[in-house]
Amino acid sequence: MSFFAITRATLAKDIRLEWRSKDAINAMLFFALLVVVIFSFAFDPTAEESRRIAGGLIWVAFLFAAVVALNQTWARELRNQVLDAYRVSPAPANSLFLAKAIGNFIFVSVLEAPMTPLFIVFYKLRALGPGWELAPIALLGTWALVVNGTFFAAISLRTRSREIMLPLLLFPFSIPALLGMVNATTAVLTGEESAKFWIALLLAYDVVFTTACLLFFELVLEAE
Amino acid sequence: MNSMHYLYAAYIATWVIHGTYLTILVRKYSRIRKEMERKPSAISNQPSAGI
Amino acid sequence: MKRGFPILAIVTALLLSFALYEALIVAPTEQTMGNVQRIFYYHVPSAWTAFLLFAINFVASILYLIKRSENADILALVSAEVGVVFCTVVLITGPIWARPVWGIWWTWDLRLTLTLVLWLIYVSYLLLRRFSTGGKTPMIAAVVAIFGALDVPLVYFSIWFFRTQHPSPVIGAGGSLDPRMAHVLLINWAAFLCLAWLLCWTRYELEVAQRRVEESQAMESLMEGLQ
Repeated sequence: MSFFAITRATLAKDIRLEWRSKDAINAMLFFALLVVVIFSFAFDPTAEESRRIAGGLIWVAFLFAAVVALNQTWARELRNQVLDAYRVSPAPANSLFLAKAIGNFIFVSVLEAPMTPLFIVFYKLRALGPGWELAPIALLGTWALVVNGTFFAAISLRTRSREIMLPLLLFPFSIPALLGMVNATTAVLTGEESAKFWIALLLAYDVVFTTACLLFFELVLEAE
Repeated sequence: MNSMHYLYAAYIATWVIHGTYLTILVRKYSRIRKEMERKPSAISNQPSAGI
Repeated sequence: MKRGFPILAIVTALLLSFALYEALIVAPTEQTMGNVQRIFYYHVPSAWTAFLLFAINFVASILYLIKRSENADILALVSAEVGVVFCTVVLITGPIWARPVWGIWWTWDLRLTLTLVLWLIYVSYLLLRRFSTGGKTPMIAAVVAIFGALDVPLVYFSIWFFRTQHPSPVIGAGGSLDPRMAHVLLINWAAFLCLAWLLCWTRYELEVAQRRVEESQAMESLMEGLQ
């Protein structure tokens, strides 16, 4: 089977499994809603400056939702010893990684989808800049979190305090991407600056780390 | 606090940080040395003979 | 420890004392900031040393991935740890310098922010090494170190652009440096490099000893288990 065929098959399997265990998705969706509400209580949405800080708030909320989601997805593989099966099979390790990353991307996007309109409603957001730019920002930003998140989640599997290890690793490495996502979103919402540099930075980040993750995943898988 | 105090604070902080680290290292090293002296037979420089 | 160690220790102590004398007495007083500016002679060499140590960590990690040599792994661990120590010094002396000069403890100054992010990355690297179970820790750590190195230019550019949009005070010598000050700066850097070497050597020996003890303990319990 070709690389992409294997990736697609693995991805399809993951999606089927997640869909069957709807509890996990429902709990995550509720968690996402809670995060938005808590943020709205903590950071006054009626203030003048809310347009300026909304970019930061949204992405921090997404970051927390992503971490919770990422912690979930490898746990299942570990429970069913699927990782051992992968190590033994001739399938290339990075097709597993790509499938996992895309699966996580879909999962996190499903969480972001309801959070976004809620933020817009609570914070009365309106894009004063070119609104269409928010689409590439959302895609590139989410991928940035998910690609490294999936990789570090795999690394964290063989550590003590696994759940805390993921954010401990992910947060420092994500700082440039976070700066990119937040500043790009703020630039579009306030219309005061151009988001182009930040979008370019996000693109560079995504390219660099997607390549690195695909290159090194085999080593990490062997190391389990 | 006049500005000289800040200067001394910075220099002293540097020495405290390095001194603390060095102290921790030296203490651990003497503890390990004692451990190694207690069981000289178990620790050898040659690779183990095999089971 | 080997014979060179006491010599290095003495040379380091002498150099550091000399460098201190140069920084406090010999170096000329800066015009605008006054004597507080002398923190510069500790802040900047510490930053350069930290960056050098992290570069060594990067090289050692690559070496490990290529050769799987235990020495490379120990060097990576040691350089990361001592690098974090020097980084901590930069992060403490920076704000202490900023406060009397600009009235604020922190500015999103490029070097200071970059140092903070490097500190975070390497502390998480060290925590990963400590929390990791299983024999393949060196491998995983080496991969994470490479990721760190890949991240650094991205961090640099993101902070740089952020600062052009949100300018704030720069901590550190702006513009050209008086040659007498440059002279004192280099002496202090030499002294801190010797200190870094001394700390790394100590930590290296400690790690080697610890691993031998752990190995022998593992051997013992294995033997006991077989009996």
